Amino acid sequence: MNSQRLKTKIAGLELASPVLTASGCGGTGRELAQFCELTRLGAFVTTSVMARPRAGRPTPRVAETPSGILTAMGLPGPGVEGFLEHELPWLAEQGVPVVVSVAGNSAEEFAELAARLSGEPGVAAIEVNVACPNVADRGRMFAWHPGAAAAVVRAVRGAAPAGVPVIAKLTPDVTDIVTIALACVDAGADALTLINTVEGMAIDHRTLRPAVTGVSGGLSGPAIRPIALRCVYQVHAALPRTPIIGCGGVATGLDALEYVLAGASAVAVGTTLFHDPGAVPRIARELDEALAARRIERLADAVGLAHRPAGHAPPQVRPATPPPPHTAPQTAPAAVPPAREAAEAPAASGRPAEPDPAPAPAAEVKERTP
Amino acid sequence: MSDTPVQTSATVLTVRQVQDYHAMTLVAPAIAERFRPGQFVALAVGGEHTGRLVRRCFGVYEVKSDYGGTVEVVFADTEPGTAWLAGLRSRDKVDVIGPLGRPFRLPRDPVTCLLVGGGPGGAALFALADTLHRRGCQVHFLLGGRTGKQVFGSRMAHRIGDSAAVTTEDGSMGERGTVGAAMPRVIADTGAEVVYGCGPTDLLRSITRVAGEFGLPSQVCLEEFLQRTGACGIGVCMTCVLPLHGEDGVTRMVRACADGPVLRGDRVRWGDLGTIPFDALGAPRVLGVPEGGRAR
Repeated sequence: MNSQRLKTKIAGLELASPVLTASGCGGTGRELAQFCELTRLGAFVTTSVMARPRAGRPTPRVAETPSGILTAMGLPGPGVEGFLEHELPWLAEQGVPVVVSVAGNSAEEFAELAARLSGEPGVAAIEVNVACPNVADRGRMFAWHPGAAAAVVRAVRGAAPAGVPVIAKLTPDVTDIVTIALACVDAGADALTLINTVEGMAIDHRTLRPAVTGVSGGLSGPAIRPIALRCVYQVHAALPRTPIIGCGGVATGLDALEYVLAGASAVAVGTTLFHDPGAVPRIARELDEALAARRIERLADAVGLAHRPAGHAPPQVRPATPPPPHTAPQTAPAAVPPAREAAEAPAASGRPAEPDPAPAPAAEVKERTP
Repeated sequence: MSDTPVQTSATVLTVRQVQDYHAMTLVAPAIAERFRPGQFVALAVGGEHTGRLVRRCFGVYEVKSDYGGTVEVVFADTEPGTAWLAGLRSRDKVDVIGPLGRPFRLPRDPVTCLLVGGGPGGAALFALADTLHRRGCQVHFLLGGRTGKQVFGSRMAHRIGDSAAVTTEDGSMGERGTVGAAMPRVIADTGAEVVYGCGPTDLLRSITRVAGEFGLPSQVCLEEFLQRTGACGIGVCMTCVLPLHGEDGVTRMVRACADGPVLRGDRVRWGDLGTIPFDALGAPRVLGVPEGGRAR
């Protein structure tokens, strides 16, 4: 495994691996540590911490659905004091960056949490779970409304120390996620996690009642991967400089690669951990192999590659596409790549140059001529 | 030997139909050598590219040293995941994590123990019986089910137990009635000093009640509750929670998998299972529980 290849950066936070745990799916970290070394995680993202201890919803909290699970947890947790006393000190000793997820019922509560966390050693970043109910707005999610989401992000950004990145985690259950993403970034979010669970429902055919006590619940797992990928793609197109952590049904290295190509600089693994607690290092290894097989030397070079117009795609993937009209004619293919690279370099800004486009089309032509 | 559970791709040795249940033996040496009675294993179902992400948790019937170490589980086929497991054949592979959870605590002295079981969950008592015997304890069995076919291990119980009683609701095997109704007589006959239970949650509740009436300590294994509510088996998903009355008088929502599956029966708030009791730590209406924050 090439340790250099997987290095990534989320708003100034340098990570050795782009594969993180997703909030709410890694327990306190101690449980996962039995199955994989925590140092091999890109970062550990905690379960959302709230101001006070919270028991959450009654059981049943989970239902199995096709390629996913539906959960209605009700944000259980020990509260910020319990977290700082029993969970963070242990995590901070493990040699893994800790991203603390915070949740609250009002922007003020979010700000208090961020202030309480500031100065605590071992907080590498704060993830703002804006997909939680806003008490002042009849329990509707902050993340449904650009103004409410921005207010929360602004409150956290104001209270958190300057060096600690603030990441907003958004729900896909909105008309236009780009609007919400723009509002959060305007309000000071340094990065975005896309996406939280998708609201869904299941009914138990034995009890003839909703399968989880919350009636509806959050759908997660590979079932939502196409939705999450679409969100990452749309937001990266609108905000190419904002780092994105892709989240939703990542189970293999190729899943992670899809997110990276759509515009994510990292991915978070959630529901897959319930099924395979050793998944994170495995996915990182598979992603490394997938990048190597495509001759991509640095993860950053692959971020957002799927946004390039068809003619710019790596030749081995789309060999037969004619060159787009604005590029030089292909009569002398060997001469084209340097020229194209030079022309694109200033405007690239995160869009990497093609690794090695010349030889493959030539080979392709040769193959087809006989 | 380490206490840490392992994740392993185990080879199926046999899958047999036993009465109404299936007994599956897996070659999993690392799990067999770590196992202590009361712990469970979490099986992935559906093969490598499965769309079923919830692990199925089962108590362990016995571990043996054959083939380096085998683990046998007993389960009822109730849903597509267990049907997949029941359909496995010799040499198939299944992803297993184990041993998980806290085991039965064992008595220091050689005391008389009553082991009460029901349904497929009762299978987990036999590994315990072996260990208790080795410590010089007397082991008495009381097994129950709706019909004779649902009583697992009655023959084995008669063979290895110092005594064994069976109840069925339809009277097709042993005495007609429920385990809870027969328990006072069995406790009186055997002079039991400790009660261990494993099986359906209702059964565990009545075991705890009767043991309490006799002033006996009870340890119960909430395997069935865990199967019904859990998803991961390792303590990260937080879905298998139940209210437990702590030593300090505070009720907390604890995980059946990582904090159990064996719990002191008298600590479980049986009547409040499936709810968040109003006085639990972090309940929606906090009534003056000071820990961890200001009461508002």
